[in-house]
Amino acid sequence: MKRVSFLATGLLLSMPAWAAGPLEAGTMQATNWVAIGMFVAFVALTLGITVWAAGRTKTTSDFYTAGGGISGFQNGIAIAGDYMSAASFLGISALVYTFGYDGLIYSIGFLVGWPIIMFLMAEPLRNLGRFTFADVVSYRLQATPMRAMAATGTLVTVAFYLIAQMVGAGQLIELLFGLQYSYAVVIVGVLMICYVTFGGMIATTWVQIIKACLLLSGATLISVLVLSKFNFDVNAFLSKAIEVHVKHGAIMLPGPQVLNPISAISLGTALMFGTAGLPHILMRFFTVSSAKEARKSVFWATTFIGYFYLLTFIIGFGAIVLVSTNPEYLDAKGALLGGGNMPAIHLAHAVGGDVMKGFISAVAFATILAVVSGLTLSGASAVSHDLYASVFRLGRVADGAEVRVSKITTVVLGILAIVLGIVFQKVNVAFMVGLAFAIAASANFPVLLLSMLWRGLTTWGAFTGGFVGLISAVGLTVLSPGIWVNVLGNPAGSAWFPYTSPAIFTMPLAFFTCWLVSTLDRSKTAMRERAAFEAQYVRGQTGIGAEGASAH
Amino acid sequence: MVARIRGNPDYIELERSRRGFGWTLTILMLAIYYGFIMLVAFAPSVIGMPLSGSITVGLVLGIAVILSAIILTGIYVVRANGTYDRLSARVIATSGVRL
Repeated sequence: MKRVSFLATGLLLSMPAWAAGPLEAGTMQATNWVAIGMFVAFVALTLGITVWAAGRTKTTSDFYTAGGGISGFQNGIAIAGDYMSAASFLGISALVYTFGYDGLIYSIGFLVGWPIIMFLMAEPLRNLGRFTFADVVSYRLQATPMRAMAATGTLVTVAFYLIAQMVGAGQLIELLFGLQYSYAVVIVGVLMICYVTFGGMIATTWVQIIKACLLLSGATLISVLVLSKFNFDVNAFLSKAIEVHVKHGAIMLPGPQVLNPISAISLGTALMFGTAGLPHILMRFFTVSSAKEARKSVFWATTFIGYFYLLTFIIGFGAIVLVSTNPEYLDAKGALLGGGNMPAIHLAHAVGGDVMKGFISAVAFATILAVVSGLTLSGASAVSHDLYASVFRLGRVADGAEVRVSKITTVVLGILAIVLGIVFQKVNVAFMVGLAFAIAASANFPVLLLSMLWRGLTTWGAFTGGFVGLISAVGLTVLSPGIWVNVLGNPAGSAWFPYTSPAIFTMPLAFFTCWLVSTLDRSKTAMRERAAFEAQYVRGQTGIGAEGASAH
Repeated sequence: MVARIRGNPDYIELERSRRGFGWTLTILMLAIYYGFIMLVAFAPSVIGMPLSGSITVGLVLGIAVILSAIILTGIYVVRANGTYDRLSARVIATSGVRL
């Protein structure tokens, strides 16, 4: 049971099919020309935007945060784009297809972090930060240790997320387009390097916006076509799904995913608070001109993401009705052609033929491209803005030099992502996105939240708390079935840590360590840091003295 | 300057009211979400109870949680971009600092 639960979680949290086990041999599909044509059109459009954006990227602030010139609505769509990865589109609809109601439980976990970000963080985050969330945590605490800590948290989170996306990209593209895995990974890496180095945040944002619009309209179209087959009678639609699914009525009940309540709550915690600690998401708060626009962006992001998850539910049930019953999409044993994460793609074919399938495949590819660009920009900023400019050069660095370092880092990260994507091809990377969320929830989020809201936090408290969260999250994940059994090959059931996600233990542990060490810290520096809280708090609340990014 | 702003009645009202409102909504959201997860984990049979035909309690509740997340953020934005920003603008105007 635990094993089933893990596999299904992997299905959701990782990119496509490898999560459900190795890809079946011979599933590579014939070259899909419609998909390739649409994808080439997307690439041409986005490269055109990159050229335009390159002309407008003049200052450091343009490069990191689009000069603060993105509107709240645009930023909301871009955030939704960052968040709606191919993993959530294909993974959640596949989860619904296989387990029914469990898919809905998961998508809810992904969504509810957003209101929390809005209520507790959006305001001070926008008012205190400039380019990265490290700006906020080092505002009154000592810059060197705090930026080193925040940059480590950023890079580790980005690394796991990025590897998962690259491996996912390779396998998905191999399946959808009939391109070889290594070519696919190289194409994704090279395009991402182009967007980020030449177009910076402006290009990355617009790639994200276009992709989000394509994904939302594609998913809407499929859902409407599915429901139209039932004259929009939801009851008839659900009844048919219950009738044809092997589990029948059980698909309307919580399934194997949540039979273990601690796993369910722990994973929910990681998803919810991890969202509030994802560096590429936090960075998007600095691309708008004011706290007012930042709030609008969170509202639009929540709306689009919530809407999107409702659609994935319809798509999953639609696939139960239209795909699982059609031998065209099944192999001799009755399993889905192409593996467990294909329901949405097959459903597109079922309701709209080759054109629709090509469109959705191209959208899935575009989705990966946009998400890796956002991740890479965020990782590169941590290196150039936090490590290079602040830690190594102690802030004495010319604008141009910092951006140059950022661009070099982007190229290095891009090449690294390609290499790691190829190295990890055969590894089960199902644990990686979950791990990224767990680290974000256990290391980045506690330090960020306390630095903004708790007077008592000191540098040592934040530093040790952050690293305790980081190390414990990684450590427990290694000891959990996701790595211990599925990657390291130990026998099933031998994992020391039996739960899917460590967050329910490691996040409170990080908060506790921050509190304990800060409280025990009686140094002069600690006194100064506590005394500096008021000024920081006033600025966080009112924006007085805030970097008006647009005015730069 | 910080001391002057902190003594400003508008600032005091802004800070107190926004903090209270933000935490109220946070606790509400956490209660809705963890309440839902607890129900799923400990009373799964409730989730499967039919409401009308194949539409179940769980389906309606799940959609309600999604909508509540959107609605709560919407409520916060309306209040923050109206009342709080007006207060905030007054604090800034009387603080004597230029933004």
